[in-house]
Amino acid sequence: MDARMHKGNVFMNTATMAYRNLLKTIHNPDNFMDVIIQPVLFMLMFGYLFGGAIAGGVQAYLPTIVPGILIQTMLSAGSGSGTQIREDLDSGVFDRFKSLPMAHIAPLAGQLFADSLRLLIATVTSLTTGYLMGWRPGVGFGWIVAIGLLAIVTGWALSWVFALMGLLAKSAGAVNSASLMTMLVLSFMSNAFVPLHSLTKPLRVIANLNPVTYVITAIRQILATGSWTHEALLVLVVDVVIVAIFAPLAVWAYDRN
Amino acid sequence: MTTINAIEVRHLTKKFGEKTVVDDISFNVRQGEVFGLLGPNGAGKTTTLRMMTTLLKADAGQVKIFGHDTVKEGRLARSMFGLTGQYASVDEDISARENLMIFSRLNGLSRQAAKQRTTELLNEFSLENSADKALKNFSGGMRRRLDLAVSLITRPTLIFLDEPTTGLDPRTRNQMWDTIRRLVKQGSTVVLTTQYLDEADQLADNLAIIDHGKVVKMGTPVELKEQIGGTKLNFTVSHTAQVTQAVKLLADQVTGTIQQAGQQLSMSLAQVTQLTQILATLKQAKITIDHLSVKEPSLDDVFMNLTIGKN
Repeated sequence: MDARMHKGNVFMNTATMAYRNLLKTIHNPDNFMDVIIQPVLFMLMFGYLFGGAIAGGVQAYLPTIVPGILIQTMLSAGSGSGTQIREDLDSGVFDRFKSLPMAHIAPLAGQLFADSLRLLIATVTSLTTGYLMGWRPGVGFGWIVAIGLLAIVTGWALSWVFALMGLLAKSAGAVNSASLMTMLVLSFMSNAFVPLHSLTKPLRVIANLNPVTYVITAIRQILATGSWTHEALLVLVVDVVIVAIFAPLAVWAYDRN
Repeated sequence: MTTINAIEVRHLTKKFGEKTVVDDISFNVRQGEVFGLLGPNGAGKTTTLRMMTTLLKADAGQVKIFGHDTVKEGRLARSMFGLTGQYASVDEDISARENLMIFSRLNGLSRQAAKQRTTELLNEFSLENSADKALKNFSGGMRRRLDLAVSLITRPTLIFLDEPTTGLDPRTRNQMWDTIRRLVKQGSTVVLTTQYLDEADQLADNLAIIDHGKVVKMGTPVELKEQIGGTKLNFTVSHTAQVTQAVKLLADQVTGTIQQAGQQLSMSLAQVTQLTQILATLKQAKITIDHLSVKEPSLDDVFMNLTIGKN
């Protein structure tokens, strides 16, 4: 009966929800298939299809495409969180979560923290595939880890945007198609696969406005120079800003549901 | 008698678009009783329950749980009840033990306390043998049991059950009823919705019959049944020739008219004890009968009477 006893704590609630989502993912390893197959497939297809045309050869193309595919995979892994949240909301179990005296951000944050495992797997798969295709960045392993982490943090921040989409959408199917569209537009209308100077002017303006371009540029700079850059710092700051804006919006949308 | 109201519902109203699904409903639930919301499909039972349990916002009206407004003091009100929804609200992908552990932790229990409570509940609901199997392999009854177990983690004194036995086979239904009775014996207040009159009759101390979003009748099952009339006696007179004689002899003994259909007679009894007298009279006149039945009025009769023609 004591309300204080049940109040819990935001961090504990989030940790429990993250544990729940991790268990769900581990019991259903199918949930990892997209983040494993997609980067491998895209890396191979894009590398061998466009490498010659865009960069004169696969080897020359790899420094462009590895960061590109990495971020594209982050976008698509992040969009999976939105779909998952919608599916969860439509199942009976969320009624119970809502009737529990727990912090409203916990189910959402729990999902996203658990999904960072997906982001990690996607990152490792992307970079390993690149390596197997002959990608040899001229920087120390520490920097590879750094860009991996930068990608994961960015992917995690963006998954809040997808979480909001999931909460606002009517069905899991709708989230799926909306996030696929978002993912395709954001990754292709950027410098992920082609050099910016090859684009027509209007396209270049769009690509320059696209935040994905900045993340990819930051990663390429680190890989080229072996040093931390202002751009990378800016990306981190923007990630924080995205979470600061979209996390409260997602909680608002969750309460509205 | 001083009884405390566990729940007070006042002028609760909900519209979905143009349609008023719950229309100005008011009632009280006393502490320690089983309160049944009875009604046909689509009558507004679940919507009412969802508003009472803060899952749905009311368009108008107020719900107080142990004196706490569910809107103004939502979090406090939520901490005072357990809820079992119409569809099992447990995680399908994980095991029964994991479900109980997670919900125990979310309810604020320490890891140690959560473990202990999980074991207790698995035992209490005879789930220990399947505790570590994925729920996908569970039967409907097991799932419901787990669902109820999850609602009872915090030992709430108030429990909401939305159609607790819909879709269960008769045996599992009886088990569920036993569980609910046990909860009441332990001092819990139970609010349940049901479309089964039998279930309401078996379990509820007080009933609100809901139809088209309105409370059409309230009272105890006995009161509601009394309104329909007393016990019904039916029998068949063996020989056609004796039918008129039988009617004549019994006319003085029963209140109301005796209905006659061929050799079959039916009449209302004010008291069941009248039966001995009737049988004695028939025996004296050497009238033989067969196919005798005595039928208590069921809530079905009440239900049909109240909702007939409206749907």
